[in-house]
Amino acid sequence: MILDGKCPSGPISEKWERHRHEMKLVSPANKRKYRIIVVGTGLAGSSAAATLGELGYNVEAFCFQDSARRAHSIAAQGGINAAKDYPNDGDSIFRLFHDTVKGGDFRSREANVYRLAEVSGNIIDQCVAQGVPFARDYAGYLDNRSFGGAQVSRTFYARGQTGQQLLLGAYSALSRQVRAGNVRLYPRTEMLDLVVVGGEAKGITVRDMVTGKIRCHAADAVCLCTGGYMNVYYLSTNAMGGNVTATYRAYKRGAFFANPCYTQIHPTCIPVTGDHQAKLTLMSESLRNDGRVWVPKIRGDRRPPHEIPGEERDYYLERKYPSFGNLAPRDISSRAAKEVCDDGHGVGPGGRGVYLDFAGAIKRLGEDTIRQRYGNLFEMYERITDENAYKQPMRIYPAPHYAMGGLWVDYNLQSSIPGLFVLGEANFSDHGANRLGASALMQGLGDGYFIIPYTIAHYLAQSGPDAAGTGRPEFVRSVEETEASIKRLLSINGSKTANEFHRELGGIMWEQVGMTRSRESLENALRRIPELRAEFWENVRVPGGEEDLNQELEKVGRVADFLDFAELLARDALHRNESCGSHFRMEHQTEDGEAVRDDANFCHVAAWQFTGADREPELHKEQLSFENVRLAVRSYR
Amino acid sequence: MNLTLYVWRQSGPAAAGRLEEYRAKDITADMSFLEMLDVVNEELVRSGREPIAFDHDCREGICGMCSQVINGVPHGSQEKTTVCQLHMRHFHDGDTIYIEPWRAKAFPVIKDLIVDRSSLDRIMQSGGYVSVHTGGVPDGNAVLIPKADADTAMDAAECIGCGACVAACPNGSAMLFVAAKVAHLATLPQGRVEAARRVCVMTEEMLKEGFGNCSNHYECQAACPKGIKVKFIARLNREFIRAQLKGGKDT
Ligand code: FES
Repeated sequence: MILDGKCPSGPISEKWERHRHEMKLVSPANKRKYRIIVVGTGLAGSSAAATLGELGYNVEAFCFQDSARRAHSIAAQGGINAAKDYPNDGDSIFRLFHDTVKGGDFRSREANVYRLAEVSGNIIDQCVAQGVPFARDYAGYLDNRSFGGAQVSRTFYARGQTGQQLLLGAYSALSRQVRAGNVRLYPRTEMLDLVVVGGEAKGITVRDMVTGKIRCHAADAVCLCTGGYMNVYYLSTNAMGGNVTATYRAYKRGAFFANPCYTQIHPTCIPVTGDHQAKLTLMSESLRNDGRVWVPKIRGDRRPPHEIPGEERDYYLERKYPSFGNLAPRDISSRAAKEVCDDGHGVGPGGRGVYLDFAGAIKRLGEDTIRQRYGNLFEMYERITDENAYKQPMRIYPAPHYAMGGLWVDYNLQSSIPGLFVLGEANFSDHGANRLGASALMQGLGDGYFIIPYTIAHYLAQSGPDAAGTGRPEFVRSVEETEASIKRLLSINGSKTANEFHRELGGIMWEQVGMTRSRESLENALRRIPELRAEFWENVRVPGGEEDLNQELEKVGRVADFLDFAELLARDALHRNESCGSHFRMEHQTEDGEAVRDDANFCHVAAWQFTGADREPELHKEQLSFENVRLAVRSYR
Repeated sequence: MNLTLYVWRQSGPAAAGRLEEYRAKDITADMSFLEMLDVVNEELVRSGREPIAFDHDCREGICGMCSQVINGVPHGSQEKTTVCQLHMRHFHDGDTIYIEPWRAKAFPVIKDLIVDRSSLDRIMQSGGYVSVHTGGVPDGNAVLIPKADADTAMDAAECIGCGACVAACPNGSAMLFVAAKVAHLATLPQGRVEAARRVCVMTEEMLKEGFGNCSNHYECQAACPKGIKVKFIARLNREFIRAQLKGGKDT
């Protein structure tokens, strides 16, 4: 099937405006009759639930954390982009759009990206009005910094805790709607199934994580805002609870999964120290504004960094990409780090690290200025590594961070199942094959505050309110199936923990489907994942019961889905026989190691349809066309 | 290093709890405290026993989910550090460590080290916001904010809502939590408009939820992993008096 993104026609700068005008509305008096479910309370979920509740819909919001405020958007450090052009440095909506399409290596949908750039300014205004304490200059104006992949300063920030402040803003708006009775919150509740009735999404099945009870919620539309799947790598910068369960189970009910192989490995993370490690910690990309990345020129040089003179250091990003230097995009910076380490220049334990050095910036600006800009990051670095980055360079290494792939959605953010909408990191639409820094927060809030309120109304107005509840057979069956699969997991009673399987899976994914991939490595992964999965279903051990708070049971269900999903990811990576953005196939590179796209054969979105547990998924394509940005070789030199 | 742990185990809200002894073996200095507990739990699961239930998610010190009292101190004795960011290099071979849940009337235990902090959410729902609609707001630079005010607001807004302040307070008060939100919003022009009402309803809700009052012990500041200062409580008191003079929450 050739998929249609349903983008409105006409000039790109008029598409959204016209579409907004053409979409149907739900009258204020009728909104109360519609029930909307929002799963996940990060930036996308909180902003969507708050806005839809305020409009008068009957909203139910779910999260697995104990409070909506704890969703992992809270951990985003660096900033949020907006085409405000406050610094008068040449920014515009078109430039932000252009940078994002180019940054994504021409694998995103133009119309979506343009709309994102269009609403970016509104997001900043909205957040300021909520009381988000963005950084200000001495005259009281909003301050900006630069981020990777851009030559303008368009990133707004709140110290090193921008995600926290934006999420608290959205959470406060959500809290207001909860008190007003427009939104009902269900914390410590995990979505385990999507209920589809007559081809349309009509509800979800959840587990109350305190009582263990499985129950259904019916609605007129469901919004999944459940984030990305990078914990498929076991070690990632995501929160421990981050999972693919909601989106994968929606996939099993018919939602297409798009471009799962687009996985962002973030260049500036604290290197792995040992097997015990449960997660990795990101050091904000904003550090690359003032930090310089280098490795010793001599292989295996074990001298402490300050003893290595300037001419014996290789500032490889500045050398290879003189016009962007240390602010080269993430995919390129990560691969460059891997390359120098593979070549024996890495520093720290196991030679898996590069230096991020602030000595020059401290000399130029003073330690105080650096402390003001990044103090909390330096503190965090010291707590974890016991090293003082004011005195010696940080050691960093790439780590799995963000999923560009996700459930396929059309221009209205609707998935291939009518009534199922997907927002934020959980969808695939805006970042192509590589996301630029400070764009995730923009997308989450753009989707939630300014896009879904319009597009969901268009759907609801056409479908009409549905008063039927959870008594329908589809709901009953969903509960039965969910309970059965939990019972099955509990009854295996094997000898390995869920965590052991997860770690093993992560090892396979990192080695074979990580920063670089090849036909051979992918075929290897596609052989080993099913073997591991088979062993899991024979030999996993879950203590405790189902009618209780049971964290091992929560974990094992998520690992089971990762074991399925990993195969889909590898399959997609094998299908995409080109290099683009974060997806780097060894077979397709230039002599100096840059990605080589194959636009003739792969200028499309690969969307996969589930066809049964032991059957190969079916591939559908959405052709991408570029009318406003010239399809070119991405260059940051 | 090898450690002896005494961990609070409680099977449910109504059940009686007790401290149980565990050994943590072969712990390395670069592990975090929670990774140490992961090791203990893996061993428990392998031997078919129920692992220790504890709240955690980001493990970066920002989500506010982790919540343990270590040797009598919420988040342990490392200054400005959440449990998830506490590292084992601050412990020694042979140490005995006591691990307990947050203890406060407003935080009932759910299981083991996990408590119910939804009371904090309800305080936020009572008034911890600016009543702004989505859309229709002025340009972000339309109202200038002195840098000093933006910085002060940010100092207060850094609160991660973990509840350590409550666990540390002899009265089980959430005053620092409330003060942080009141001060954050009252410092900014956008939040100033509703400042009087906000301080009244939030403190009222706090008492209704069973949190105690503040009697100036300042244990909260010492326990706060984000270093939120008690000066914000003074600010809250000022805002409260000002609001009362103007007629309370109905101003
Ligand atoms: S786990 Fe998020 S703050 Fe500790």
